[in-house]
Amino acid sequence: MAITRDEVKRIAELARLEIPEAKLERLAGELSKVLDFAATLNRLDLAGLEPSQFAPPDAPLREDAVNGRRLSREAALAAAPEREDGFFRVPPVVENLNP
Amino acid sequence: MSAADLWKLSASALAARVRGGATAAQAAEAGFEGPARLWEPDVHAVAHTDADARAASARGAGDGPLAGVPMLLKDNICTTDYPTTCGSKILAGYRPPYDATAVKRLRAAGAVVIGKGNMDEFAMGSSTEYSAYGPTRNPYDLARVPGGSSGGPAAAVAYGLCPIALGSDTGGSVRQPAAFCGVFGLKPTYGRISRYGLVAFGSSLDQIGIFARHAGDVALAYSVLAGPDPYDATTREGAAPDVSGWESGVDGLSFGWPENLWKEGVEPEVIEGLESAAAWLERAGATRVRFDFLPGEYAVATYYLVATAEASSNLARFDGVRYGFRHEDSVDLRALYTRTRSAGFGPEVQRRILLGTYALSAGYYDAYYLTAQRARSRIRREYQDAFARCDFMLLPAAPTLPFRLGEKTEDPLAMYLSDIFTIGANLAGIPGLSVPVGLSGSGLPRAVQLLGAEDSEPTLLRAGRAIEMKGEKSRFDRRHESEFAWPTKR
Repeated sequence: MAITRDEVKRIAELARLEIPEAKLERLAGELSKVLDFAATLNRLDLAGLEPSQFAPPDAPLREDAVNGRRLSREAALAAAPEREDGFFRVPPVVENLNP
Repeated sequence: MSAADLWKLSASALAARVRGGATAAQAAEAGFEGPARLWEPDVHAVAHTDADARAASARGAGDGPLAGVPMLLKDNICTTDYPTTCGSKILAGYRPPYDATAVKRLRAAGAVVIGKGNMDEFAMGSSTEYSAYGPTRNPYDLARVPGGSSGGPAAAVAYGLCPIALGSDTGGSVRQPAAFCGVFGLKPTYGRISRYGLVAFGSSLDQIGIFARHAGDVALAYSVLAGPDPYDATTREGAAPDVSGWESGVDGLSFGWPENLWKEGVEPEVIEGLESAAAWLERAGATRVRFDFLPGEYAVATYYLVATAEASSNLARFDGVRYGFRHEDSVDLRALYTRTRSAGFGPEVQRRILLGTYALSAGYYDAYYLTAQRARSRIRREYQDAFARCDFMLLPAAPTLPFRLGEKTEDPLAMYLSDIFTIGANLAGIPGLSVPVGLSGSGLPRAVQLLGAEDSEPTLLRAGRAIEMKGEKSRFDRRHESEFAWPTKR
C-alpha cells in the first residue's frame, strides 16, 4: 500500500516535523517501500492470536510512596536551553498577546 | 608485563592485577596510550572522552570484581561525568543529572568509565554511519562499517581500547556489530539489566548489552549488571541466573540447526563459520537437532512497525524545552517544537518517527500496529516451540560479513534487512549471544549467533566458551584464555 506525499505531510505535522517540499516525494517512496514489505505479515497465520502486551502481566507493583531519591530543581534545570526564576523559559504559547 | 601492555589483558586478569597493586589509572590509560594512538584517528569509536574525567573515575574505583577495568559506554547510557548525546545533534552537549543504574552498578564493582562510544543516532541504524558526529569504521578494514547501532563500543573492544564495553540492543544493535568486529556480544533476556538511564528507543525491545573479547568477561560483566531495579518496572524480580559455570562445557546439550534460514541470501563465508561452530559444538559433546524455523522477514516486518511506533512516542520528549539543542528562531511554542525537531533529528530518525506515527495514526492502527503486535505473539510462540526441542539455537548473527561504508545508506529497507537474524530475539524477549569464529579468507571477522529461551544466559555462555575453545574440552576451564584475533593496520 502506497503512502502519498500529502499523507507524509499530514503525519509530519502530527509528529512536529517539517519536511521540505523537495524531499516529500522521495520520503513517500521510501516509506511506501517499508510498508509494502510490512504487508508480508498478511501471509502469516494469526488466527486466535492476541496482540502482545508491553508490560508482563505479572509485572511487580510497588508502594505508592516517596522514596527520598529526587532531582533537585537546580539539577533539573541545569541543561535547559533557556531558564528564568527557576522555570524553563519558552516562547509565547498563545501568539500576539499585545495588540 | 609492563603497564603499557595492560590493554591486552582480559577484564578478569586486569582486575586481578589491579587488586594486586597496579593502579586503576594505569589500567584506564593503557588503551589510550597504546592502541588508541594507532587506531582511534581512523576508527572513531569514541564520541566523548576527557582525561580529567577518566582520572577522577579511576581515583574513585573500588576493589570489586571489575576493579580498575576500563569501559566505554554507548552514548545513549546516561553518565554524569561525560555528555550523553545519542549520536544526535538534538542532544548536543547534554550532560545528564544522574547515572544509569547499569553505570552505578559498574562503578560500584570498581569499573572505570573511560568515555562514550559512537552510535547511530538514537540507536537507529545498522552501520554507525547515521551518527551526527561522523561514522565509525571497522578496524579490520577501514573501508567497511563496524555494524551498528553500537558500532563505537564494538570497534573499541576489537582494537584494544578496553576489554569490555556496553551497548544497547533493540533489534540486534549489540549482536550485529559484535559479529562485524569479531568480539562477543550479549543481548540479555528482556528485563534482566535495568533500562533506567538508557535513553529509550523501543521500550518493549531495548536491552543494555555487553561487548567483550572473551566469553568469561561477558559472564563477569553480566553477573555485575543483571538484577532487579526499583527504578525500572520492567526488570524481572529475583536474582538473575548464575553464569559462573560458563566454562563447564556443552556435553549433553542440544542445539537447533534451522538450516532453512540460510538457504538463500546469506554469504558463503557466513555459512562456513556456522558449520565450523556446529562441528566444534559437536566435538565438545553437543547434539545437533535439525528443524525449520519461521523466516526472519516476518520478524523484520513486525519490528519496523512496533519499534517505530514506540520510537515515535519515546522521541516526542525531544522538543527543545528542557535539555539539548533548541532552534533559536521560533516565534511561538509550536514553531519551537517543529523547528527544533526538524533541525535536531537526522534523516533516518525522522523517517522512523514518520513511519511510527503513521502506524499508530487513526485509520491505520488496526492494519499495521495491531497486526504487528499479533505477529509478535506468533513469533514468541515459534521460539517457545523451538526451545522445547533444543537447549539453544545456532544461526548467523548477520547475513553478510561487514559491508562497505555507503553500501546501504541509500536504501533503508536493505539496511533494515541486515538485522534479519537478530530482530526475533528482541520481539520474543529472549537472550542472544554473538560469538566470533575467527577471520574469513579476506581477513574479516566471522561470527555465529546463539539464541536461547528466557534466562538461558548460562547455557549461551557455556556454548560460547565451547566455540571460543574450538570444541577442545580439555581447555574449557578459566586458566585458558582464548587467543584473540587482533586487527592489523592495512
